[in-house]
Amino acid sequence: MSKALLYDSTVCIGCKQCEVACAGQNKLPYDDAVAAEQIQSDHKMTVVLTRNDKFMRKLCMNCNDPSCASVCPVGALKKTALGPVTYDASKCMGCRYCMVACPFSVPKYEWGKLVPKVQKCTMCPDRVAAGKPTACAEICPTGATKFGERDDLIAEAQKRIRDNPGTYVDHIYGLDEVGGTSVLLLSSVPFETFGYRSNLSKDPMPMLTYRVLSHIPDFVPLGGMVLGGVWWITHRREEVAFAEGRKSSARSKGGSGETSNENKTANKNGRKL
Amino acid sequence: MTFRRNPVANSTFKLTFWKLVFLFLMAGGAYATFIRFTQGLGASTHLNDQFPWGIWISFDVLCGVMLAAGGFTLTAAVHILNIKRLHSIIRPTILTAFLGYILVCAALMFDLGKPYNIWHPLIMRNPHSVMFEVAYCVMLYTTVLALEFSPIVLERFNLQKPLKVVRAILIPLVICGVILSTLHQSSLGTLYLIVPEKLYPLWYTPLLPVFFFLSAIAVGLAMTIFESSLSSKHFGLQLELPVLQELGRVLVVVLGVYAILRFEDLANRHALGLAVRPGYEMYLFWLEISLCIILPLCLLVQPKIRASANGLYLSAVLVVLGFITNRMNVSITGFEGSTGVRYFPKWTELAVTGAIIAAGFALFGLAVKFLPIFPKEEMAEEPISEPVYAQPEITAVMEHAGD
Repeated sequence: MSKALLYDSTVCIGCKQCEVACAGQNKLPYDDAVAAEQIQSDHKMTVVLTRNDKFMRKLCMNCNDPSCASVCPVGALKKTALGPVTYDASKCMGCRYCMVACPFSVPKYEWGKLVPKVQKCTMCPDRVAAGKPTACAEICPTGATKFGERDDLIAEAQKRIRDNPGTYVDHIYGLDEVGGTSVLLLSSVPFETFGYRSNLSKDPMPMLTYRVLSHIPDFVPLGGMVLGGVWWITHRREEVAFAEGRKSSARSKGGSGETSNENKTANKNGRKL
Repeated sequence: MTFRRNPVANSTFKLTFWKLVFLFLMAGGAYATFIRFTQGLGASTHLNDQFPWGIWISFDVLCGVMLAAGGFTLTAAVHILNIKRLHSIIRPTILTAFLGYILVCAALMFDLGKPYNIWHPLIMRNPHSVMFEVAYCVMLYTTVLALEFSPIVLERFNLQKPLKVVRAILIPLVICGVILSTLHQSSLGTLYLIVPEKLYPLWYTPLLPVFFFLSAIAVGLAMTIFESSLSSKHFGLQLELPVLQELGRVLVVVLGVYAILRFEDLANRHALGLAVRPGYEMYLFWLEISLCIILPLCLLVQPKIRASANGLYLSAVLVVLGFITNRMNVSITGFEGSTGVRYFPKWTELAVTGAIIAAGFALFGLAVKFLPIFPKEEMAEEPISEPVYAQPEITAVMEHAGD
């Protein structure tokens, strides 16, 4: 079954312990300066945003059908069955299409390095595979970030919204955004406040390109046939015209020339390029 | 038809204005290259996490591939449709396309974060990725172009055996080239289909692949007119005016179809309102539309202009500039609204791009000088002097440039 994270911003106290744990887990530096940064970057995979005493986490949504994994030409990004979307830096060639394609603009790049890689939360794949919660969920003192089965967490989120009328915006962000994500968010203020897009499709984004790409296997043989056919027709026409011209001008010679004419035409064409 | 080397080739080196410009661009490019590969992308570009693709993708790759589209358009017309009249301009067009793709690959080496991994798509395949498809098509098509170009070199050195082999597989090669081009020219548009929420609605449309393909044909024709006109001026060749007039007629039709589809699409998506809502995007949209549709169509529908060398040249330049604007709009302007960031290339990005363009012109000039590119004219030509010493300075500079 697919694992997920449920973040309930009404329970969050903004202690940033998740940021600390995340940095530790991913061997990234963390100090007061980094703590003050209110933006995801190549050295900060998750951030707790503060707006008017409200908190909101930002991290990779680990989509069910991720754009990044779909667009990566070398398959460096992969969706695992357990939920995490992982990244293999040794495969990456640095085209940065994942950064362009991500509907949440999550992947960040190490612009300052000579051998740069993409940085994003990968939902602690090793921990999850070992049956442990993610580092951020494990450390969270209030249970604002909760790790579990995606279906269970959805049920719980729905229950929280139902049981506390007026507390939440009636929306589980990530339930069906871009076909659903492995990170689910609850909030008391509109998600747009924190820069979450509200105009996302409910269908997985990779379908948009795959719909076009899937025609290629049909197009190649068909296109080849059509082009070959057109070539055949146009050149046959020329051969016929050539042969007829020869026949009418040198009819007395009889039908000696058909094949030799063809050869001549072929030679002539061959010399063209 | 026989081809010849450019008879004006002379062995004395003269420092002209354009050579100075070339040396300047190459020096700038060399310095920028040094910065790029010693300090990384961050120091050499204005790219950032909000704007991961800049001018090296927008111009060098998207426009580069588009500007090289004459290769497949013309080979299809000559070899598949068997339009013999166009044959005299096929070699310069293939040369342009071949150089274009080489330079696109060179530009990619600058833009990729880890350029030494560029071969990875060969063994690490993700068939769901448009980028993977583009990578394969560009790789294969560059090979096809190299083979289509090879007879010119083989002829020059009179290597009859390999020449025979290439000629024998010419038609399958051309067919492969047309299919590969159709695929990746349109796929460069497909790249952007996955970002409906980021790309401004004046440019985001499910028809992006169709528009990229149609505009590639238009630009292919325009570039052929442009480069034939320029060559005739610069190398003192006879202009193939009747051929260019014919291309001009086809260009009118392609542009017309493109214009109708483009505006029908805007209307169907209820995006026409955005075209009259004043703002940054609107101005650049109309700049693009005026350059690539309105002005060239107004010019080219007039038979008098279509018949004149200068009229054709001007229209072709407009079409090329217009579709360059289009590619820039799709890949830069259209993203600035949603990302909330303005992107303008750093001098290093411009310097590399400038050097790549300069290298393109220089390589074209060298190829024309040393290889039989242009058709032999009736007049007797003087024997060509030993070519190796012709432009020692330029070749030396290009070795230093590192690209």
